[in-house]
Amino acid sequence: MSTIASFGFWSFVGIVAGIYTLFALGVQVQFGYAGLLNFGQVAFMGIGAYTMAILVVKEDLNMWLAAGCGIVLAILAALLLGLPTLRLRADYFAITTIAFSEILRYVATNEDRLTGGSQGTINLAGIGRASQYDGAWQSFLGKVERNLHVGSDAAMLILVWTVALLAVAAVTLLMRTPWGRVLKSIREDEDAATSLGKNVFLYKLQALALGAALGALAGVFYAWQFSFFSPDDFAPLITFFAWMIVILGGLGRAWTVPVGAVVFGVIFAGTRFFDFPPFSLLDSTERAYVRLIVIGLVIIGLMLFRPQGIFGSRKEMVLE
Amino acid sequence: MFMQLLANGLVTGSVIALAAAGVSIVYGILRLVNFAYGDYMTFGAFTAVYFNVTLELPIVIATLLAMLATALLSVAFELVLWRPLRARNAGFMSLFLVSVGLALVLRHVIYLVAGPQSRTYTVDPYKVYVIGSARLSGAQGIAIVVAAVGIVLVGILIARTGVGRMMRALADDLPLAAVAGVRTSRVILAAWIVSGLLAGLAGVLAGLVQTSFDPQLGFTLLLPIFAAVILGGIGNVYGALVGGLTLGLVMELSTWPELHGGVDPTYKPVVAFGALILVLLLRPQGLFGRARVV
Repeated sequence: MSTIASFGFWSFVGIVAGIYTLFALGVQVQFGYAGLLNFGQVAFMGIGAYTMAILVVKEDLNMWLAAGCGIVLAILAALLLGLPTLRLRADYFAITTIAFSEILRYVATNEDRLTGGSQGTINLAGIGRASQYDGAWQSFLGKVERNLHVGSDAAMLILVWTVALLAVAAVTLLMRTPWGRVLKSIREDEDAATSLGKNVFLYKLQALALGAALGALAGVFYAWQFSFFSPDDFAPLITFFAWMIVILGGLGRAWTVPVGAVVFGVIFAGTRFFDFPPFSLLDSTERAYVRLIVIGLVIIGLMLFRPQGIFGSRKEMVLE
Repeated sequence: MFMQLLANGLVTGSVIALAAAGVSIVYGILRLVNFAYGDYMTFGAFTAVYFNVTLELPIVIATLLAMLATALLSVAFELVLWRPLRARNAGFMSLFLVSVGLALVLRHVIYLVAGPQSRTYTVDPYKVYVIGSARLSGAQGIAIVVAAVGIVLVGILIARTGVGRMMRALADDLPLAAVAGVRTSRVILAAWIVSGLLAGLAGVLAGLVQTSFDPQLGFTLLLPIFAAVILGGIGNVYGALVGGLTLGLVMELSTWPELHGGVDPTYKPVVAFGALILVLLLRPQGLFGRARVV
């Protein structure tokens, strides 16, 4: 049977799409609703994943607690980043956030004793002492499998998407509250919101922190799904994947994020396993290049031909 | 030690300065933050590999050909991408995201065509220039001389030539320049040509200085280049030149052991990014900019 018809293949695509739904939902909150150009979203994913793994391996902390700490730390980092930089002009804010994510990646690469360094989490407990942070997660996943009578891929798929769809629903509801309406008004006209007595800065800071929490949650699932990661997993490229997803679906609507994420999942994970020509002519590293070329072309094509995304309406939300 | 770091800083700084000038020329006129610029540089560096290593041409000729090729690439993207986008009134965000997409496409096409292996130019590896207590490799020596000439030429082009004056006019007020009879689309094309020539040159020089490099070459330099652009005042070409040199010196001198033991060399990029954030927070108009521009 061809891999493309197998359940394992599609569940992998689905799991990646679910994790990226959470990750990109953060960008949707920050940019789609609040108009913030955060190009350092991957930093929050990294903070979530690393905090969880470090606390589990070094402090022997309960994994739920460790994951919670990861999310809290990401929120604190967002506040720390936002306090001085949110007052900057949009393009300066964008470049600052990339620099922020790159600084954290360099720190993670070089502080071997804290993070395991460039070799990744395998060295978390010290070099040569191959360490694992997902023992507790695997046994939890095993329980889910037995209770639902499904395989491990299906269990992961169900867990990731349950959380992802809950998050989408929560964001949708949140944006219908007065808080969400103020956020959108800031995106549309900052001065108008200020003149109505709204503390624009505070709203932006909260949106940044909420997006960071979603990014960290995605990071925790990323860590559990792949059982290993290294600083290179949090390169600026990953942030652009989230942007592609958000723009693909359409800005300012939470429910479009899963759709964009599934399309992204097929491009990202799918081309790995396509075993028919022309893909079968390329080796696996060449396919990785083709994958990124395709993602680049999708971004350019969207901007040229459909800047409002698949579902966006041109009148309501055209990308500035 | 200090003299050596100073020399290294000048070498790194002059390469960043050339690239930053290239970014700034286009930003000043089009308000386009070109995220693909690092990959324009990589394109130049790899074209020079083809001429220098495969066709065995001398490095100077290979560099000139690579600059021409990069300028052609730069013009081609203006014609098929940027001009149509401007015609649709694309805003800052769209342009930036397109440049992100373009960066991905360009870099991975280079990976696909040239492969991921490290490359080196054919230059005499044993030649060493000694200046005082500093030692420069042959490649570093070439880089610093060529970059110095390049910096002076860019300065003259912007300050003294007709085309430079028109570029400044467009950067100052594009509609006004158009009303005054400047053929804006030609000047924009000229800006892309200069920007492309500089990308090609900076790419080759970066490759020379690093001795061996892969298709990540330009992208890894992109943030330090942006930092230099902002340091000099975004859109200000002279500022970018000075900003680049300053940044190169700051990066190298931060590792000086006398300075509280110095920074670990692996943290040099972090110093650049830290400097970038500091400048944005303390002086967002750049070292020489006027506050009203921001």
